[in-house]
Amino acid sequence: MNWLSNFVRPKIQALVRKREVPDNLWIKCPSCGQMIHHKEIKLRQFVCQHCDHHLRIGPEERFPNLFDEGDFSTIELPAVLIDPLKFRDEKRYVDRLKESQNKTAQQDAIVVAHGKLGGHGAVIAVQNFSFMGGSLGLGAAEAIITAAKLAVLQHAPLIIFAAAGGARMQEGILSLMQLPRTTIAVQLVQEAGLPYISVLTDPTTGGVTASYAMLGDVAISEPGALIGFAGPRVIENTIRERLPEGFQRAEYLLEHGMLDMVVHRHAMRETLIRVVELLGNRPPSAEVISLPQPDLEIPALTDTRQEGETGDSGSAP
Amino acid sequence: MISFLDFEKPIAELEARIHDLRQLDGEQQGGADIEEEVAQIQSKADQLLRETYGKLTPWQKVQVARHPNRPQFQDYVAGLIESFTPLAGDRAYADDKAITGGIGRFRGRSVMVIGHEKGSDTRSRLRHNFGMARPEGYRKAARLMRLADRFGLPVITLVDTQGAYPGVGAEERGQAEAIARSTETCLDIRVPLIACLVGEGGSGGAVALATGNVVIMLEHAVYAVISPEGCASILWHSAERAQDAADAMKVTAQDLAKLKVVDQVVEENVGGAHRNPASAITALGDAIAGALAEFDGRDGGYVRQHRREKFLAMGRLGVV
Repeated sequence: MNWLSNFVRPKIQALVRKREVPDNLWIKCPSCGQMIHHKEIKLRQFVCQHCDHHLRIGPEERFPNLFDEGDFSTIELPAVLIDPLKFRDEKRYVDRLKESQNKTAQQDAIVVAHGKLGGHGAVIAVQNFSFMGGSLGLGAAEAIITAAKLAVLQHAPLIIFAAAGGARMQEGILSLMQLPRTTIAVQLVQEAGLPYISVLTDPTTGGVTASYAMLGDVAISEPGALIGFAGPRVIENTIRERLPEGFQRAEYLLEHGMLDMVVHRHAMRETLIRVVELLGNRPPSAEVISLPQPDLEIPALTDTRQEGETGDSGSAP
Repeated sequence: MISFLDFEKPIAELEARIHDLRQLDGEQQGGADIEEEVAQIQSKADQLLRETYGKLTPWQKVQVARHPNRPQFQDYVAGLIESFTPLAGDRAYADDKAITGGIGRFRGRSVMVIGHEKGSDTRSRLRHNFGMARPEGYRKAARLMRLADRFGLPVITLVDTQGAYPGVGAEERGQAEAIARSTETCLDIRVPLIACLVGEGGSGGAVALATGNVVIMLEHAVYAVISPEGCASILWHSAERAQDAADAMKVTAQDLAKLKVVDQVVEENVGGAHRNPASAITALGDAIAGALAEFDGRDGGYVRQHRREKFLAMGRLGVV
């Protein structure tokens, strides 16, 4: 906050902000703190070139890098009950929901798309942590169920990229009921003899791990992802001890037998193609078409502001 | 001697007066006068109890659901199951005593009973980890459900847990996976599963045993996605706001029946199950028997499909 954001009215403020701060040209890596140009990080699928940190990304960033030639169509999802409990904490749930919808241009936390993956049809659902912490409620569960039904209908594998703090508390018990409901979705795919690949990304905790995320025929994670049932803070408060280094990170889970593999984001597409082909006893696709590399010119860092953060542009110019 | 909850103070005071008068009576042989006064106070206390329990707030229900004298797994088993034969272990790591299970006879038929056990005194509470299970508990539950499935035995679950245990070992051994598998097994078996929420139903640790064909809930039990304290500390940034969280989350049997998450609410005696465990246990037994009868003569495919459709419909537009 500075004098401008304190004293200028919101509407005017927005105008001022737009003029003075064009876009976030530079993104700061949340792990190493280095500044990365937005074109560069996009090209690197939001993996830091300095420390290899995998930044949190949503459906918009993932789909183009997964499907063949970046070509896919998103699925319209069925309408669900909105705010069945008329829930209100410090804010009304409907307001929080609208905020997230405006921020992400998504209906709810999960977006489903289908397209070709290594030449064959695939259904991919991506959970967006930016949408109310990715939380699993009626909307997200309906997305999973729709994705599962579509996979069965198209006789295609189902791949879910999970990212969530857990169940959506604002939907009370109904959010808890989405654990069995999404489990049924997984069963539908598995009973049809189709592979269900779960990709756990940073972070995947709570009710989401306690349902579909941990039920994959093959379980993959991205490096460094936080994965667990109870959050680290809850555990620390319970046992009153500091947690060991790397606890609940993807590599730790791999070590303890909870995952099949930890896969770098740049190798995710090929890995998924290979796993799906092998499970389906299909011949390997002629070539794993790599994505076109756009021309890239990175302007020098010095001539732009350096305090940029990922995602939301701060109010201060 | 039952312990009184905070909101029961006026009732406790009346009971204390009765106690004092009785003692006085013993010492002084006051006779009819005292008897009359005792009867008067008693009827006042009874009325107050009825009134209080007739309009418990969600937060008060949370306290009743957690009452230390509330009947526990072992009480229900003692009251309802003959020849109970506990079965132990997950065949992989350990026997988790926070979840107990076994075979026995319920009103003439063989059943599998599985449930959380909180313990009833300090020693047993520690032994049962206050009803907070680790992965081994959920893996044992899943194993026992499969066993029941193999022999066509209906499964009765008794749910009473704050939630799954949040600890380092539990996480290392796959708490989330164990809960997910247990829920999956609930959905997979081809025998009826009657789930009974008898105390606290906390989060994934509860739903792992509560994904039943019929979900029965005792009148003063609670069931929620997170404890009111947990919800308050996340959304209100203060655990002190647990009352507000309990209101907002809709945790009571009555609310959950309206949301069609619970199929049947079993009335408790006046003043809650902890005042007359035997009557609550019998009432629950009757409800279970009724629920089981619905599936008599049904084949496994029907039973499984019934459960699946019931959950798929839950929370859908037009259902609630």
